Amino acid sequence: MTSPATLQKNDLVPEIAAKALWIRRRSFQMVYEAQMGHPGGDFSAADILATLYFGVMQFTPDRPNDPARDRFVMSKGHCTGAFYSVLAAAGYFPEADLKTYMEPLSKLNGHPNRNYLPGVETNTGPLGHGLPVATGIAIAGQIDNADFRTFVLTGDGELQEGSNWECALTAAHRKLENLTLIVDRNRLQQGARTEETATLDPLDDKWRAFGWHVEVVDGHDHGQLLEVLTASPKGRGKPLCVIANTFKGKGVSYMHDNVAWHHGVPNKEQYEQAMAELVQ
Amino acid sequence: MSAAASKKEGYFDCRDSFAATIEALAERDPRIVTVVSDSVGSSKLGGFKKKFPERMVNVGIAEQTLVAVGAGLANGGKVPFVSAASCFITGRAMEQVKADIAYSNVNVKLIGQSSGVAYGELGPTHHSIEDLAWLRLFNNLTLIVPADPWQTEQAILAAAEMDGPVFVRVSRMPVPALARATGSKFAIGKAETLVEGSDATIIANGTMVHRAVAAATALRSEGISARVVNMATVNPLDEAAIAAAAETGAIVTIEEHSVRGGLGGAVAEIIASTNPVPMRIMGFPGFVPTGSAEWLMEHYGLTDAGIAAAVRQTIARKK
Repeated sequence: MTSPATLQKNDLVPEIAAKALWIRRRSFQMVYEAQMGHPGGDFSAADILATLYFGVMQFTPDRPNDPARDRFVMSKGHCTGAFYSVLAAAGYFPEADLKTYMEPLSKLNGHPNRNYLPGVETNTGPLGHGLPVATGIAIAGQIDNADFRTFVLTGDGELQEGSNWECALTAAHRKLENLTLIVDRNRLQQGARTEETATLDPLDDKWRAFGWHVEVVDGHDHGQLLEVLTASPKGRGKPLCVIANTFKGKGVSYMHDNVAWHHGVPNKEQYEQAMAELVQ
Repeated sequence: MSAAASKKEGYFDCRDSFAATIEALAERDPRIVTVVSDSVGSSKLGGFKKKFPERMVNVGIAEQTLVAVGAGLANGGKVPFVSAASCFITGRAMEQVKADIAYSNVNVKLIGQSSGVAYGELGPTHHSIEDLAWLRLFNNLTLIVPADPWQTEQAILAAAEMDGPVFVRVSRMPVPALARATGSKFAIGKAETLVEGSDATIIANGTMVHRAVAAATALRSEGISARVVNMATVNPLDEAAIAAAAETGAIVTIEEHSVRGGLGGAVAEIIASTNPVPMRIMGFPGFVPTGSAEWLMEHYGLTDAGIAAAVRQTIARKK
């Protein structure tokens, strides 16, 4: 297993940054070639995913069912561009498979399927499913007194689904300190800003009121993400909610904080401009 | 359900069989856990809770979490039996059943308790006469509707044995132990013929099976030879048993479920595309009026006499 904890955190930042850039470029190529996808959310999540897979989680890609692995649940299952890219980068399957994104009979469905791909823990797509499943995984770890951690990434608009909040009670009641929720707080849902649709703020207070430990970070700052995600949860007695403030479309000027890129797809000119901007 | 009915001599509550079996299983398999939504008592899991407090997860009144947590526990190497009133574990958590359990194809056992109209006077919000129709759409979800205490035990054991998602529908309606040949075995997907017959076939499951046997016995005295097939597994269906039923030239299905999309619908799909013969689907028409479970069954003719009459009428339709 990789042991990022043994390394100095700051040493990891350049590699994580490089992986995040690669995820943005590779996922955008997938969306461009498929002419389908959710690139705005891919980009808001790219830094979080790169940090988890290259700085936080312990896993062995060639043993995807290792009982001791840390688990990651991609609750915002529509952002498969970024998710499949990070899985390929982490070694779960060949990068060449990414070329088949959404093609007939591809293992890379628009939403992830655990029966098609290693590294996918549960099938997501409908919103509000990831946190409750991740809670069940964390409970299994709690029953066995196991060391693995369970991470789940949700969108912020997704928190309008009630299933998250009934489960928030369960996770806090059971003091699931082995469970970490990361909210990709890009403030844009499919059709408009979250705060214009169904107000989420003050989001940190809501999670605290539900009995969770809350950290608010810049979701594009790998150092900050590393800091809160690698801190030992032992003895905290609460599940952790990391509110990662992000921008939809982060990294490309014309997509930045622009709701049109929730599931917008680029034409040739836009694609080329994005690739010119997505450089180190 | 009236108190009198539940105490009928020689009749059993299949939930007791479920509870005893899951406790015995948990003794020998440490992976077995139960998941409930404040449904300990209604699932008769008080004994399990006492014996294995660490292996019971009570999520509170939260069925979406209930079902999803089951999926997560399976990911963590457990064999979860997720138990709640059938009306809620299905209808309230349908998308979790679809995405987290069936489509994800995980090793979770869903137990739908007190199915059908067992909650009688509490009304259609608490009845579960839609569950089989809803769940039958998930092609990889095994569906078992046991008919008596022995078959409930066997269904729970078989569910634990197989690797994959299973739904077992457990009734609280009192049923007698069915007479079977010694050495009878239960297998998922295999129907059992309880009464041989050649003029018509009654295909039943759950609480309706003993009534079908009584109807066949009554018909025999009139010279009508009606076969009784206990189709405990609704998915996968025993298509050979249905083909054989068609050979008798008339089929009556009966279930404690809506006439839409349940066992009757499943049999009709096969019959319509293979060997169409006169067929009658017995069950409830939809939302039912206020009444006890027994009264509702009487009202809709789901009785020994009602089944016998349906068999006569269906035989009369033979060309």
